[in-house]
Amino acid sequence: MEAESHRAGPAFTHPLPLTALLYGMLLLCAVITLLPYAWMLSSSFKPNVEIFSATVQLIPAQPILGNYTEAIARQPVGRAIVNSLVVAGVETIAVVLTSVFTAYPFARLRFPGRDVLFLLILGTMMIPSQATMIPSFILVKWLGWVDTYQGLIVPRMMAPLGIFLMRQFLLTLPRELEEAARIDGCGRLQTLRLVLLPLMGPAVATLAIFTFTASWNEFFWPLIVVQSNEMRTIQLLIAAMKQAEVADWGVIMAVVTLSVVPTVAIYVMLQRYFVKGIAMSGLKG
Amino acid sequence: MLRPRWWNEETRFAWLAILPAVAFFALFVGFPAGYSFWLSFHEWNMMSATPTWIGLENYAALAGDREFLRSLAQTALFTVGITACIVVLSLGMALLLDQKLRFIKLYRTVFYLPAVTSLVAIGIVWVWMFDPQYGLINQALKGLGVEGPLWLADTRLALVALIITAAWRNVGYFATVFLAGLQGIDSMYYEAARIDGAGPWASFWQITVPLLKSTIIFVVVLSVILSFQVFALIYVMTSGGPAGATSVLVFYLYQQAFTYFRMGYASAIGFVLFAIIFVLTVLQFKAFGKPVEV
Repeated sequence: MEAESHRAGPAFTHPLPLTALLYGMLLLCAVITLLPYAWMLSSSFKPNVEIFSATVQLIPAQPILGNYTEAIARQPVGRAIVNSLVVAGVETIAVVLTSVFTAYPFARLRFPGRDVLFLLILGTMMIPSQATMIPSFILVKWLGWVDTYQGLIVPRMMAPLGIFLMRQFLLTLPRELEEAARIDGCGRLQTLRLVLLPLMGPAVATLAIFTFTASWNEFFWPLIVVQSNEMRTIQLLIAAMKQAEVADWGVIMAVVTLSVVPTVAIYVMLQRYFVKGIAMSGLKG
Repeated sequence: MLRPRWWNEETRFAWLAILPAVAFFALFVGFPAGYSFWLSFHEWNMMSATPTWIGLENYAALAGDREFLRSLAQTALFTVGITACIVVLSLGMALLLDQKLRFIKLYRTVFYLPAVTSLVAIGIVWVWMFDPQYGLINQALKGLGVEGPLWLADTRLALVALIITAAWRNVGYFATVFLAGLQGIDSMYYEAARIDGAGPWASFWQITVPLLKSTIIFVVVLSVILSFQVFALIYVMTSGGPAGATSVLVFYLYQQAFTYFRMGYASAIGFVLFAIIFVLTVLQFKAFGKPVEV
């Protein structure tokens, strides 16, 4: 983003050999980052003869689609992707709505207990979900939600980080806007919906993308809640395939490729929001 | 009737609006946390109707449980290894990304890719990369005339292979964090250093590192917290093997709970994990001052 213009670099103009070295190192980092993806893609298009060949071949000599068709025929790939889409989609909508709604009083209203409650909600982030997995499972079991969408989604419908991000963003918006709306007779909810929400586009997009990606990639909670093959998310499916079919790497890599495509595509298309998200959440807001 | 001044429409609205969130976090975080702590003083296999109170026995047993202590030590080893890799490699990568070079945006996009890829997918791809016979790594080594090791099947190398995988996933993410820190340093300092005759090396150690201190602390603490909770990579890549060589805290907890149904014992492990994360978070707040301006 601002890298090119923020300042004159660390103030050194590099002599030519150094510049060449820097480009070389960048290229090396890029190759190391991309090689596993290349290996994944290449294996997913290779027939078994080439997968179990004695020599390295990054580009398949005779690329085939057989691994993909076989994966779809033999594994419930479609169902798993639908499950992941439902869970990540509903969770994202819920987190965005609850975060905006809960952040509003914290950012804009004065009331007793505001700061304590806010810190308490943020404080829940310090409790690692793995440490409390047993009671969480018991709770879901008691609610009758084991192996259901509710069980996967409901305990993830609010996020402290989302509330925090939305509050920080609301604090940057000028108060005059709402005062004008209130004088015109808008209620608080109306003001939030009609005046503030339209201005929150970038922040909402950032939160939505982060939530969707995190939910799509989530493994631990589905592992505990899901019991049947039908309810498996795509992450659970590929993990199970790896445990079961140790030898069939072509098919496994085909399904792994399918599981990776959505988040990578979202990232490549909407990466400016990721950069913003790191700036918002990574360092003190 | 006399009402206090704070009891007005604004307060009522705010409390009502926040109530769902408070109820939600009480139910899905507060209750599990409290119940987990309570359970850690009990023995329970989920079959019997009620947990049996056994006092501090679970914690006493933990202190003498060699497998637990081993997984704790292995978690610490993994954490130290990955955090050292991340600080050095991410800072190096961030310094590269901070140069005035062409295509820098493209490189930044590429380096962040692993951070949006799921740990399960990454774990499976790297198992295949590390495959002793047909994996890319050993085939490349063979091309160089070197006999590659067994990697994940080797008790001494399995943890190293996991650290390599985790580093590959996280270096790009933390480089982005470092880059934000680097871009916050005023170029004035570098100008002044240059006028005083300092070269790049000197100005890195005398300007960049001291001014990046809070970012470095943030990265170290976050990396340690995340590494202590490592689970998906272990589950997918080694299942704690070979011969327990990569069993880590959360994996051991998961096994105790969902393989052996020792719920009380597993809860005690969970509390140890919480205590470690808590201390680290407090350290982070200390280093940063107040976490947020309220």
